[in-house]
Amino acid sequence: MKVAVLKGGRSLERGVSLRSGARVEDALERLGHEVLPIDVGPDLVKRLVAERPDVAFVAMHGVGGEDGTVQELLEILGVPFTGPSAAACARCMDKVQAKDAIEDASRETPGGLKTPHWFAFNQTAFREFGAADALGRLEETLGFPLVVKPSRGGSSLGVRFARSPGEVPQALVSAFSYDDRVLLERFVDGRELAVSVLGDEPLPVVEAILLEGDRYDFEARYEIGRTRFDVPADLTTDEHRAVIDAALGTYRALGCTGFARIDLILGEGGPWLLEANAIPGLTDTSLLPQAAEAAGLSFEQLVERILDLALTPQGVS
Amino acid sequence: MAEVPEPTHRRRSHAGTRDLERYAGLFAERTGVMRSSAMRDLMAITARPEVISLAGGLPDTSTFPPQSFAAQMTRIAQESAAKALQYGPTEGFEETKDCILEVMGAEGMLPDPDDIIVTTGGQQAIDLVCKTLIDPGDVVICEAPTYPGAIPTLCSYQADVVQVECDEDGMQVEVLEQLLADLRAEGRRPKFIYSVPSFQNPAGVTMSLQRRQRLVELARSQELLVVEDNPYGLLRYGGEPMPPLYQLDGGDFVIYLGTFSKILSPGIRLGWAVAPPPVMEKIVLGKQAADLCTSTLTQYFVREYFAERRWQRYVDDLVEIYRRRRDTMVEALRDNFPAEATWTEPEGGLFIWATLPDYIDTSDLLAKALRADVAFVPGQAAYVDGRGSHSMRLNFSGVDEDEIREGVRRIGKVIAEQVDLYGALTGEQPMPEPRQESAPNVLPFRKAGEA
Repeated sequence: MKVAVLKGGRSLERGVSLRSGARVEDALERLGHEVLPIDVGPDLVKRLVAERPDVAFVAMHGVGGEDGTVQELLEILGVPFTGPSAAACARCMDKVQAKDAIEDASRETPGGLKTPHWFAFNQTAFREFGAADALGRLEETLGFPLVVKPSRGGSSLGVRFARSPGEVPQALVSAFSYDDRVLLERFVDGRELAVSVLGDEPLPVVEAILLEGDRYDFEARYEIGRTRFDVPADLTTDEHRAVIDAALGTYRALGCTGFARIDLILGEGGPWLLEANAIPGLTDTSLLPQAAEAAGLSFEQLVERILDLALTPQGVS
Repeated sequence: MAEVPEPTHRRRSHAGTRDLERYAGLFAERTGVMRSSAMRDLMAITARPEVISLAGGLPDTSTFPPQSFAAQMTRIAQESAAKALQYGPTEGFEETKDCILEVMGAEGMLPDPDDIIVTTGGQQAIDLVCKTLIDPGDVVICEAPTYPGAIPTLCSYQADVVQVECDEDGMQVEVLEQLLADLRAEGRRPKFIYSVPSFQNPAGVTMSLQRRQRLVELARSQELLVVEDNPYGLLRYGGEPMPPLYQLDGGDFVIYLGTFSKILSPGIRLGWAVAPPPVMEKIVLGKQAADLCTSTLTQYFVREYFAERRWQRYVDDLVEIYRRRRDTMVEALRDNFPAEATWTEPEGGLFIWATLPDYIDTSDLLAKALRADVAFVPGQAAYVDGRGSHSMRLNFSGVDEDEIREGVRRIGKVIAEQVDLYGALTGEQPMPEPRQESAPNVLPFRKAGEA
């Protein structure tokens, strides 16, 4: 089968994407597929039309590759592709949209879906409508520390913690460097968990345990030896059920198909949903491959399964 | 869009998670301090052709005449092919050392050729000095900010790096004196003091004569080694030449590092170290272990090039080009950076160091700047402790004047947006018009004693 591997692009996570892509290409070659690596640029459509791949493996992260843009093009060209649909990607990428969808679905989910209390602003609100004057009230609601993050973006880029009111403006300036809309979110203390879903099946839960530093930031994510991963995470039966229910509920609420990774915090009152990653990392230190391995799937088997799912689309169950 | 070249062989299969953990268990302790970073990943994007990169430290090699390069390489092929393709002595060829003596002589230094070792770029010289002198936990003192490329080297030998603030006259030697006294009180003795005294990378500042003299005296009286890294000494665009520390000291307590990278080519990977004989003996052993010898071929190239006796004229040409580029950048900064920003106006070298209001984090700013297709080095890269997050290093040697103007304009625009936003968030007044005239001696450094 001729498989186009879409990677790179212009996103800030280009480096991560190139690593994911290289690893996928290896696996595809070993599986005997014809691999067509594409560093995504202005010639993307031309190349896809000329080369006519049977399927596209999207190994892109961040804006452009993970937000539905590339997926939209693939849908127009009629090239089947891995991972969620364009619409689902767009929902996952934008934390505001994702939170809205999760909160809507929560009403119909037994036990509900909890996401930390939050507010979102775009730059115009501050520049033109004096939103700064509302900050005090909102800080009261959220409490400190609070988390400031760009609405779109991954790998923790631009995520800042503010410990006091004085730190909020600077955190906002940082987060606004990555996107025109930012979220202020209540900080939830607890265990950092990730549930990867493949097709409709949850894979074993991964827990990220920091060996140094105080948060799971970009460096901790991509450096071998900075973080320990427990797979499967050591959870009680009740905790496990709650975590899986929350993750699957979110996966469905966002309309994901193929695969996705749901990040959550297991804190006071159960699992708190942080975000969904439509194209989870596939690098050596990424969580989805680790979860698959714990489920007995080698990286090749994982890649093969992802391809199968792309070629036999599943509805949202 | 550039394609990643396709391998002609099958790549080694990647390891599974368990294998990775197994490898991680085998890693040397020092790999724990070898850091990759979000910044490094962001820098990967600067390679895009549409990005104006003021991030590199690149000399402009397009100015080197290709005919001259071709003639020299042809001569080597015709006259010395067998030798140029063979191993050479670990210390380097005597003929290469003659070229080094010429370069050092141009700055008034007269080392003994036996004290010189030819290295694979100046970077290897730094590595070999560290390898020779540092045990894990040893104190090494360097400038704040310091050469970003020295930090991974120092860290990989597990040095305890202590940084001494610079001002417009380079490293604050008074502060260094106090630090040495404090360390002595703790029973600790630094293995060496690393300094780029002339046109410092990244700050662009030059150490004053008085401080140079004091530093050399300190080294002598306390029997401490100073490692003087001087890649840019000959690239002076204004002011009076300063004697290198090596010249002031005579080479007893100063290890000198030089390179052909900035006066000829970084691609030939030729640098050197000059050290007192007992230190040199160990450095040579270290070099042997590292790579046996420096490229013979490029040493032959340098020999041929110097035989034409035009190297100084080429440096003069570079000085003219870089002076104009520096002036262009300084002017562009005045026109485009907010009044709160400060920057150095270097008398030579390749870099300007700019410091922004303290609510702007330059790593985040880089993400925004990359969307505007322009890049710089965030200041944090020049510190071991996370400081420098409001500063940036700007290179003016690697791109032409139009690109410098446009690059600085783009950076100025993203900064202005941050400044406005911060004003809106805090109710502080947005910045006034950009300053119209230069403010001499305004530098992004706090003077000693100021909070």
